[in-house]
Formats: sequence, C-alpha cells, structure tokens
Amino acid sequence: MLVSALNIVINGLLLGGLYALVAMGLNLQYGVARVLNIAHGEFIMLGAFITWAMYTKFGINPLLSIVIVGPIVFIIGFIIQRTLFTSLRTSAPSQPAFEGSSMLASFGLLFIIQNVALIIWGGDMRAYSYYNFGINLGGAVFAANRLIALIFAVVIGIAFYIFLVRTRIGKAIRAAAEDPTTAGIMGVNINLVLALCFGLGAVMAGLAGVFLSMCFPIYPVMGLEYLIITLIVVVLGGLGSIPGSFIGGFILGLIGSAVSSWQPSLALAAYYFIFMLLLIIRPKGILGK
Amino acid sequence: MDIIRGVFKMPRLWWLISLILLVLLATLPLYGSAYTVILITAIIMYVILTVSWTMFFAPTGYLSLATAAFFGIGIYTMAILGEQLPLLPAVIAGGLVSFVVALIVGAITLRLRGVYFTIFTFGLVELIKHLLLFWEINVTGTRGRFVVLENNNTIFGVILGIFVVLMLTYYLLRRSKYGLALRSIGENEEAAAHLGVNVNLLKVFTFALSAFFMGAAGAIMATRWTYVDPYVAFNVLHSFLPVLMAIFGGMSQLYSPIIGAVIFAYIEEQLLTRFPEYFMLIFGVILVVAILYLPNGLVGLVRKWWQKGLREENVNS
Repeated sequence: MLVSALNIVINGLLLGGLYALVAMGLNLQYGVARVLNIAHGEFIMLGAFITWAMYTKFGINPLLSIVIVGPIVFIIGFIIQRTLFTSLRTSAPSQPAFEGSSMLASFGLLFIIQNVALIIWGGDMRAYSYYNFGINLGGAVFAANRLIALIFAVVIGIAFYIFLVRTRIGKAIRAAAEDPTTAGIMGVNINLVLALCFGLGAVMAGLAGVFLSMCFPIYPVMGLEYLIITLIVVVLGGLGSIPGSFIGGFILGLIGSAVSSWQPSLALAAYYFIFMLLLIIRPKGILGK
Repeated sequence: MDIIRGVFKMPRLWWLISLILLVLLATLPLYGSAYTVILITAIIMYVILTVSWTMFFAPTGYLSLATAAFFGIGIYTMAILGEQLPLLPAVIAGGLVSFVVALIVGAITLRLRGVYFTIFTFGLVELIKHLLLFWEINVTGTRGRFVVLENNNTIFGVILGIFVVLMLTYYLLRRSKYGLALRSIGENEEAAAHLGVNVNLLKVFTFALSAFFMGAAGAIMATRWTYVDPYVAFNVLHSFLPVLMAIFGGMSQLYSPIIGAVIFAYIEEQLLTRFPEYFMLIFGVILVVAILYLPNGLVGLVRKWWQKGLREENVNS
C-alpha cells in the first residue's frame, strides 16, 4: 500500500516535471504575446522527432540534442511570431479579436506542422532505448531516463524563472506582459520581445519533447494530446502566471498518475473532468490574477 | 448600376431566387446522378454545420469548437435509436439530445469569456469521445456500432429539409428583437445586461438551438455511413471545418456562410479524392491564409470590390 502510494507520487512528479515545462512555454506565449498557441504540442513533437532521428541515424546522445533542438524550434517560433502573428496583431481591431484570430491561425499551424511531419516520418510509433534501467527508491521502481528528464525539466524551468526575474530582458518581457503599449513607449522593442517570448516558449516545448522521447514512444500526432494536458495545466495554474504553470504541472502529474494506477484509460477523461470543475469553480486558476 | 443596386435591395426577388434554387435542389434526384446527390448531400451537411455555428458566433462573438460534439451526439443517437424509431423522429431525437446537452453545457460554461470558452468546448469533444470509448470497451465490450442504412435520396430529402428549417430559423432570428439582443451581447455584454437583456438565457438558448441543427445533421448523416465508432463520430475536424468555412465565406450576410461552405466543401471533396495525404496540410495553409487575408471572408471581399466599382462609376459620371 505504502509502496504503491510512493509509486504514484514518484510517477506523478516525474510526469509533472514535463507538464510543467511545456505549460510554462505555453503560458509565456499567451501571457506576453497573447497567442493561445494550439500548435504548441507540435513543437514537442518536433523536438521528440529530431532527437529520435539524431539518435537512431547518427548516434547523437539525446541530451546533446538539446543544443540542436533548442535553436531550431527557437528560430521557427521566432519567425512565426514575426511574420504571422505580428501581422495579425497589427491588423486586429481589438485585443479579443486578435486572441480569437491568432488562436485559429495556430490551429492552422498545427495542421501544417503535423502533416509535414507525417509526410516526412510516416504515422508509426517510434521509440529508442536510452538509460532504460530501473531505479529502486524505497520499493518504488522507475526508469532512470525519467529521473533525468525530471531533473532537466526542473533545472530549465527554474533557470528560466530566474532569467525572467533577474535580467534586463526578463524585465522587458514582464513589462510587455503587463502593458505592451506603455512598455513600447518606455523603449522596449515590443516586436522583438514578443518574438523572443514566442521563440522561448517553443524552445520549452521542444526541450520537453527531447525528454519525452527518452521515456515514451513518439508519433507525429502526439502533439494534440499533450497540448490538451498543457492547456489544462495552464488554466489550473492561472493563465499568465509562470509559477502557477510550474506548480500546476506537478499537481496534474500527480492526479494523472493516481487515476492511471486505478484505471489507465480514464486518465484523460479525469483531466477533462478536473478542467471542467476548475472552469466552473475558479476559472482564473490557482495563482491567476 | 442603379438598377443592379436596386435589385439587391428587393427582398421579394431574393425570396424568388431562393425558391427557384430550392426547387432545383429538391428535384435533383429526378435528373441528377447518384454521385451528384451524394456530393450535394455532403455539401449541405457542411452548410448546415457552418450556418448553425455562425448563428451563434456571428452575433455573440463566442467561438465554439463543440460542433463535432453535437454532431457526434446526433450520430450516436441515430445509432442507438435508429432501429426503434422511424427515420424522421430519430433525426429529431438526435437534434433534441444535442439541444439538451448544449443547454446543460451552455448553462455551465457560457459565463466563461473568450479563450476559456473555446478551450472548454474543444475539450468537450475529446471528453465525450474518451468517455464513450471507455464505455464501449469496459461496459458493452464492443467497439463501434452499425446504423440502419437509408436510401440516398431519402437522406438527401431529409438533409435538405433540415437546411430549409435552419435557414428560416436563422432568418427569423436575425430579424427579430432576439437577434438584436444577441448582437448587443456581442457588442458589450455588460451594457446589454444593464439594458434588461436576459444575457445568460439568450446565450444558452441560442447555443442550444444551433446544437439542435448540428445534432439533426449528425443523425441523418449516420444513416449514410452505416458504421460509426467514437473516432468517426467525434472527429475534431467537424469542429474546425465549419469555422474555416464561415471565415472563408464571411459572416455578415445571411448567405455568406453558405457560399463559404459550398465552395470549401466542394474543394474538400476534390482534395480528399485526389490528394488524401496532403489534404490536412492544404487545409492548414488555407486556414492561415484565410485568417490573414480574408478578414471579412470571400463575400466581404467581393462586396468591397463591388462598392469600390460603384464609387468609381459615380466619380466618372
């Protein structure tokens, strides 16, 4: 009983770390650039597939893939924000109109990226084995690669938070999130900051994809499933609150692992149920303003 | 030019044109091939989904992605009731079940604004799909269901009937004071509430009304597919295509979503048969391009050119 409880907690934390990382990325994009990026899950998929391809074709260590995946998804995200979303933002009559149109455009991106991936890699499930041996912690057994994934996810998450709080660019980002117009008047290059945020958000999804590919099988349409979980985490933590997403990720990971241990096929339904309850009781989330 | 402009303002002529088109459509099985009937059925299905989606979105500005959920509920209602009930009552039952579900969902969620509402409705499709899958695997032990097969011409007749009822409903809604109240919600919800508009009731009812038509369309289309499972019935594409078609055609006029849906559904049929593996890719590209360059839809674009042409004409004369 105790061991199974420990198992649930450890599995939940391992899963939660990845959720937290992805959710922070999405929240950065929504909180600052005001784009609810439905294509966010596709960056996870891209990160996972690039890592898989590098490992199986050239034998590159998945952890080294971080330095390959990071820049690639950053550039893609940066360009998308500078072209598509900037032109939508400047032509939109109002903030809600922009949020609606950019969300729909990101649905379009989802279909584009997903189907390009399907054409390149085919629809099969892929997996590789990396640090795939068991670690025993007080009776609970889990794979070593998942612990690596958790550590990296937490380190990246905290490093990003420090970047946001301590550096000048971080300050500019926070200013842009508060009030883009005023921040612009104060000398913040708003288009650059928004594109930077979008790129960084994509990087977090891409890196989460790197870690995911070490632990789970991957497939080109995986993005949507993770996106839905991510949306729930972001709403749970509070739209626009980066620490909220971090905490929300772990909470949802724990809930998911508890439900999975009881009835695996209901995990996703449980997420929705929580999500619906949350939207009814407290739509602004745990740390939302 | 004045004559043409006058023609556009003659409601009686519009009724006549609509009536002629309707008679042409209704007699289609007499002169059209079986393929044409099936193609037009598919197109009308999309028109129904698009118009009923627009009916709620255009005045209120609430972007729902639950179309696939209500459509799927209609499909499953037909799969379950199709053997016990005659066709028409089963179709109406499909609509009514969707209507009731939408009432409940709407009552819970329509307090949510903007993106929250959209995410929620999107999640709804997946939630119902997963619960059904769970139910089928663990309770009934089956996967999917067979539906009573219907004659193509019967299906065509029923779907045309749904379309006519929908258009009349939408027309009356736009003309009535309820339509005006709905639009006031879209403009400024607080102000509308202060003016004595029962904001919540009106939103929930219109949402449910649009769901009724989606459900009815799902129920009749189920008889064409003969076999359904949760993946077929609750395909998220049925949530997105109506949005895309409405954006593509525009939403300002009664007829603009119809035009978007007809053109787009036809393109979709062609793409699906010729380039099935590229269909979704092209779909994504069109979605992005339409949002970027067609803010008022195709109809909006044509009207803009039209008005520009008129203005230049006036300058010249």
